[in-house]
Amino acid sequence: MTVDTSSRTAPPPRAGARRRPRASAGTALGLGSAVLYLSLIVLIPLALVVVRSTDEGLGYFWKAVTTPDAWAALTLTIGASAVVALVNLVLGTLIAWVLVRDRFPGKAIVDTLIDLPFALPTIVAGLVLLALYGPESPLGVNLAYSRAGVGLALLFVTLPFVVRTVQPVLIELDKDMEQAAASLGASPFQTFRRIILPNLVPAMLSGTALAFTRAISEFGSTVLISGNLPFKTQVAAVNIFSQIEGDNTTGAAAISTVLLVVALVALLALDLLQRWGSRRG
Amino acid sequence: MAESGTVHENTTDANTTDPNTTDENTADPNTAGESTAGESAGATARNRTVRPGGGPRGVSRYVLRVIAIGYLFFLLVLPVALIVWRTFGDGLVPFVEALTSPSALHAFQVTLVVALWAVALNTVFGVGAALLLVRHDFPGKRLLGAFIDLPVAVSPVVVGLALILLYGRFSPVGGLLESWGLQIIFSTPGMVLATVFVALPLVVRSVVPVLEELGDEQEQAAHTLGASRFQTFLRITLPGIRSALAYGVVLCLARSLGEYGAVAVVSGRLVDQTQTLTLFVEERFQNFDQPAAFAASTALALLAVVTLLLTRLLRPKD
Repeated sequence: MTVDTSSRTAPPPRAGARRRPRASAGTALGLGSAVLYLSLIVLIPLALVVVRSTDEGLGYFWKAVTTPDAWAALTLTIGASAVVALVNLVLGTLIAWVLVRDRFPGKAIVDTLIDLPFALPTIVAGLVLLALYGPESPLGVNLAYSRAGVGLALLFVTLPFVVRTVQPVLIELDKDMEQAAASLGASPFQTFRRIILPNLVPAMLSGTALAFTRAISEFGSTVLISGNLPFKTQVAAVNIFSQIEGDNTTGAAAISTVLLVVALVALLALDLLQRWGSRRG
Repeated sequence: MAESGTVHENTTDANTTDPNTTDENTADPNTAGESTAGESAGATARNRTVRPGGGPRGVSRYVLRVIAIGYLFFLLVLPVALIVWRTFGDGLVPFVEALTSPSALHAFQVTLVVALWAVALNTVFGVGAALLLVRHDFPGKRLLGAFIDLPVAVSPVVVGLALILLYGRFSPVGGLLESWGLQIIFSTPGMVLATVFVALPLVVRSVVPVLEELGDEQEQAAHTLGASRFQTFLRITLPGIRSALAYGVVLCLARSLGEYGAVAVVSGRLVDQTQTLTLFVEERFQNFDQPAAFAASTALALLAVVTLLLTRLLRPKD
């Protein structure tokens, strides 16, 4: 958009200037608009959250984070997210494996279904889980208002991450290596451990890190099924929400800042992993 | 089975056709006699690993398949199917009635207005930012990319809090805007901002790889032939990124229609005023109006399925 308007005033590129065809005016205007848009919507508001969290000193920040209910919410969130990420690591890889290496009728439908948690609104995800695994469960399984229920909601929303990062790597994986290993006398388990797994590990860990980041920030799907019981099932995002409702924005900002830092650390680790993976590849 | 394997290099062939296998079995002593003992032992090991009798490998494959499908069935399919079944259990009439109540219709309208604004803004920004990231050189490019991806890592509730801190009534900026008669928080503009925030990277990230792949030779050619930059964009770049853009827009629209957390914080959840469809689901459910909550959920789930099918069609094939 901004690029277009700038084009009228920009001088036509000379034939020799191929390397940097559109520098200067157009770039500056486009960059300025993009940065302004990002600043007004994302950067300044987020910076204000961090600023607000330390508004009344670091002592207050620490107190807000370690109030019993906030601390319980944070530890539950991080603990549950770690468990959920690990379950995803195993089951996500397994599902990716089945989708790539197995053949059965209806596989395309299963493959499409994997993305359902991305497309389904989180509040609806929470509601459908509560309908099947809540007090009126036709299966007789009631996980409502329990930590297991929170875990279930997190498993639902994080399902696609590991599957979708491992799947393409598995498709690209050269079968020759496996056949070579097998013909040299490796058992299927050995082949998997020595040949396939090392190739998949970077993708598996990327997916796990993404799932973890998503899980710690999850709100909508846990609202209904967790019942929002402080000290028991209240996750950090729900705790922040009730603090905002209670007009304690400083406390909410402190917990938000902790969540932001944990997410950024996870994403930084992911970035390092990806570089490690690409260096190996 | 393993014995027959020692003879035949192509155990797979031998195993698929039964008559062959039995033939090999009967011929076994003869051929084994022809080869040396060492060779035969090596061949045994090799063939056992390639196809250990056909049994164990088939079973483990079946077990994996059952685990994968079972997990997906109980986690995704059954819960969603149950809601759809509960919604339509008493026929279509309650569903239509629940969704045509004044509150539901209003929620539909609010959702649509917010989502369309958010999609329009993010589409314009997304294409512009993608062009900037791919076609232009400037210092801090990686940083800009990282900032664009930032919303993925932020909890929706934190998004809401962040916007309140900047645009709320008691902040300098929010106060100033309000004195001009522009209310952001607890009103549509705030909900649009929240939705823009959470859906920000989707269009950019869909368009960038395709722009990279396209290269700029054609754009250069158009330029040389005297096309203005706007003409080049309209005639060359836009057709090239068309399906990737559509993919990003569909993702963005789905995310915008379904956003709950960020909108819940900034909207104030005022029934019949700032209530979107997702907020309607939660509010109806908490007020023990299950039929309406289920009906709205089913409507949103159907939208999600349509989104899935559309993205399936549009997804870039590489």
